[in-house]
Amino acid sequence: MKKKRDPKNTIDISRRNFLKATALTTAAAALGGCGTDMKDFLQKHFKEMTPADKKEVIARLEDKYLKKYGKEFSISVKEPLDGTEFAYALDISRCIGCRKCVYGCVEENNQSLNPQIHWIQVLEMEKEKGVDFLHSNLYYEHEEVPHQGHFYLPVACQQCKNPPCVKACPVEATWMEPDGIVVVDYNWCIGCRCCMAACPYGARHFNWAATGLDKEKVNPQVHYLGNRPRPKGVVEKCTFCIQLVREGKYPRCVEVCPVGARKFGNLLDRESEIRYILENKRVLVLKEELNTQPKFFYFFAT
Amino acid sequence: MRVSRLHRGIIFFGVLFYLLPTRVLPVEPPAGIQVPPPPLTDGIFPCTECHGEMEPNRERRVLEDAHDDIILKHDEKNRWCLDCHDAENRDMLHLADGRLLDFKESYKLCGQCHGPKLRDWKQGIHGRRTGSWSGAKKYLLCAHCHNPHSPKYKKMKPEPAPEKPGGLK
Repeated sequence: MKKKRDPKNTIDISRRNFLKATALTTAAAALGGCGTDMKDFLQKHFKEMTPADKKEVIARLEDKYLKKYGKEFSISVKEPLDGTEFAYALDISRCIGCRKCVYGCVEENNQSLNPQIHWIQVLEMEKEKGVDFLHSNLYYEHEEVPHQGHFYLPVACQQCKNPPCVKACPVEATWMEPDGIVVVDYNWCIGCRCCMAACPYGARHFNWAATGLDKEKVNPQVHYLGNRPRPKGVVEKCTFCIQLVREGKYPRCVEVCPVGARKFGNLLDRESEIRYILENKRVLVLKEELNTQPKFFYFFAT
Repeated sequence: MRVSRLHRGIIFFGVLFYLLPTRVLPVEPPAGIQVPPPPLTDGIFPCTECHGEMEPNRERRVLEDAHDDIILKHDEKNRWCLDCHDAENRDMLHLADGRLLDFKESYKLCGQCHGPKLRDWKQGIHGRRTGSWSGAKKYLLCAHCHNPHSPKYKKMKPEPAPEKPGGLK
């Protein structure tokens, strides 16, 4: 029997309406496929946001994290402090290669556990060869450290004053803040990884997944430009623990280092530890010939 | 010249303080710095609890009755307990010139030989410093990291190595 057409159910689809609907559906599907929602997609660049914009973005992110991790997050957008330029110094004669800093950093900065991301990489080097990346070993395993005849060189972001990664970014998703910290806006990053190729220190890392965090251990005290959980497909790096140092605290790696090899402070403060080191100790920077001008110094106190 | 009672009092106490032996150094932690209490072994302090009644034996010898767990590996050929611990005031240490020192200030004792290290420690360069880069800081005493009897920093087991990227051996 032939079905009779019900005039109520028929929709008059004009060519224009049909095309409009198709285009919108395709766009929505494409965005959905990227794991991004519309509001994230339309978000402004962090530096162009008004305080109201920032508030809205933070509320949205806090809501998102609450749903995902079951924890109340507190996302800071604290601005740089006046009269600060941060720098770091590491005493190579003290470091014993225990990797406490590596795991302290992972915990504080919500780094992916699987696939594994480590912002700090501790290189084992032979005393006879000196600072020699070619013969260094990142994967050393010993019963006890320091291992005979070896020294240790932890490498993370060198917070260059002339950062090649910032120049390489095609969308300005990474920049140097007035207090000298090179940051990434994870909502603006397109994941092209040009910055990773540009960094001569291997300090930038790519998020292959957004599921690598332990819900129990996730740290809810975060900064928008720092340790907040990152979406999939963006680049991340050390920020000197921006969430702590802008509150006047030491970075986590300084706090956990059992031998006190790690020193941090304000370059513009004459009384700071960092100035004392620069003025009184033998200091070196890595790959000085590249003119990246790191604000991460290595020194020999003995 | 008539001297008032007040003046006489001032002169009396002035002379008294001048004549009193000023052997004990005042306990003053470095300005603005908190130092946790010294890491004394549980139940061992105050030393006078056992040593109070004991006649000090100044002879260098192998300890057998007590403290036999202490292995002296700190210029042991030239040094001995009573070079740092005071025989008369058992609960105190003493400097090379005989001035008494509280355990809370043991860094001054260490600094007699390790001058440059003490200087670096006071600047926050040697040793672990925690707290705030712009405000209150917490220091550790030398003895928190270095056992004064065998001060070489102890080796430790490292945390696990990072995973190698797939295919790398």
